[in-house]
Amino acid sequence: MKIELESKAVLSGQHFLNGDVACAEGALAVGCRFFAGYPITPATEIAERMARRLPQVDGVYMQMEDEIGSIAAVLGASYAGVKSMTATSGPGFSLMLENIGLAIMTETPCVVVNIMRGGPSTGQPTMPGQQDVMQARWGSHGDYEIIALAPSSVQEMFDLTIEAFNLSETYRVPTFVLADEIVGHMWERVNIPSAKAIQVVNRKKPENPPSEYAPFKPDEDLVPPMASFGEGYRFHATGLTHDENGRPRTDSAEVQQRLVQRLCEKIRRNADKIVKVERILLEDAEVAVVAYGIASRAALSAVRKARAQGIKAGLLRLVTVWPFPDKQIEKIAQKVKALVVPEMNYGQIVREVRRVAKETPVVFMSKLGEEPHKPAEILDALRRL
Amino acid sequence: MGRAAVYDGKHVVQTQSYGAEARGSAAKSEVVISDEPIKFPLVRKCDILVVMSQTALDKHLDNLKANGALLVDKDMVADVPESKARIFRVPATSMAEAEFKRRIYANAVMLGALTKATRIISRKAMENAIRDSIPEEMLRENLRGFQLGLQLARAP
Repeated sequence: MKIELESKAVLSGQHFLNGDVACAEGALAVGCRFFAGYPITPATEIAERMARRLPQVDGVYMQMEDEIGSIAAVLGASYAGVKSMTATSGPGFSLMLENIGLAIMTETPCVVVNIMRGGPSTGQPTMPGQQDVMQARWGSHGDYEIIALAPSSVQEMFDLTIEAFNLSETYRVPTFVLADEIVGHMWERVNIPSAKAIQVVNRKKPENPPSEYAPFKPDEDLVPPMASFGEGYRFHATGLTHDENGRPRTDSAEVQQRLVQRLCEKIRRNADKIVKVERILLEDAEVAVVAYGIASRAALSAVRKARAQGIKAGLLRLVTVWPFPDKQIEKIAQKVKALVVPEMNYGQIVREVRRVAKETPVVFMSKLGEEPHKPAEILDALRRL
Repeated sequence: MGRAAVYDGKHVVQTQSYGAEARGSAAKSEVVISDEPIKFPLVRKCDILVVMSQTALDKHLDNLKANGALLVDKDMVADVPESKARIFRVPATSMAEAEFKRRIYANAVMLGALTKATRIISRKAMENAIRDSIPEEMLRENLRGFQLGLQLARAP
């Protein structure tokens, strides 16, 4: 596959790309200059693209021995001040989760892309799935909050990878791009804007001198400014519970309480700023679909067809999966007589939808294997409500 | 073909499915081309079916619309069932072998035949897409194969 390669980070213009490549281009456009990875279907094309492109923009690509090493290298590079990313699929994501916990605890900005395939275990490598959404939320141990975005098109693979970096840098939290094999591997038209038009957020740096720097002392937004190693700010980053100076405090209930609470609250309190959903035909909707990723494409088609048949249907597409769009779903659940949730798993996000929807009935449509939901199947579910 | 559709200003989604094997498994590519943004990205009933093997024909013929176009590599497909489809029998593999001594170029021949038979995508866009998609060392053969295909396809 020959793709025009230019020695610049932002390939402004119209392209025909697959989702994985668009994801890599999004990362480069927002300033990612380090990628460490281990190939795995269906995410390999991201590593492949980064391996070719990073050297052209003075970045570093590291081929690692496995996924554990990959995420470890990503954290190290981020602490050196470089925007960093890795990409994998379910089996690799499982291996990364311990160090993702370290990233959460040490508040290390990083982006982890998971192009979901069929699981459990090695499952179906070349087939799509949405089976890792709960793993992304809860897979590492302890209490925490992370951010996860769910692209549904190749354009969004580009756009949301940029968004993932910006959120990760803003909140100093690992941010996941949770795509599925279809979105990762399908090819679509992608518009890459000019470099000027791309919003780039960089982590807050300390404004006080090194002698006064407390590496985990938060500002009002609960996020501490972050110095990079090598800038003269000497500090300690540890997975152990630590105080604002970064010193381990393994016996203080108060420090544990304060730290865990802050790690969660920095995301929860900013949920309104973080969460993005797309509302389609919901104003007068009597029934609605809640969907994300590939399933939302069929849902959109089904909702349009339902409207043509006189059914007042709408779609709430979750762009952000975590933090969960509680308010947005609650608002719709109160208006409609029922919700439909199609997912390529055996029931994950539907549990959250049911929690929020309370008394409103929620119909779950499971799909496993090669074929995603067909528009006709979702239409059928809408007609039967 | 997807890239060419972009060059022609269309909306397009291309997806593929293949097995976990390194080679030898069935591979399928689907292309949806539209003047409008595409909602559902996969093909349900196709207007055009191109098959390069008997297994592929047997497996996918049911998905072809009644009045669709069917292009078969006649060197690889012996048995084409009765159907209402417009059938194009393209000697893609034998042509590639005769011209290049390599059957790998059969798909370039088929792409030419497809362009000519369906006129969905302009010949110029297709040619540009080949130039932008194929590595330098195989470009000449692919363009030549494409040209041969353009001359081949005739309605039955």
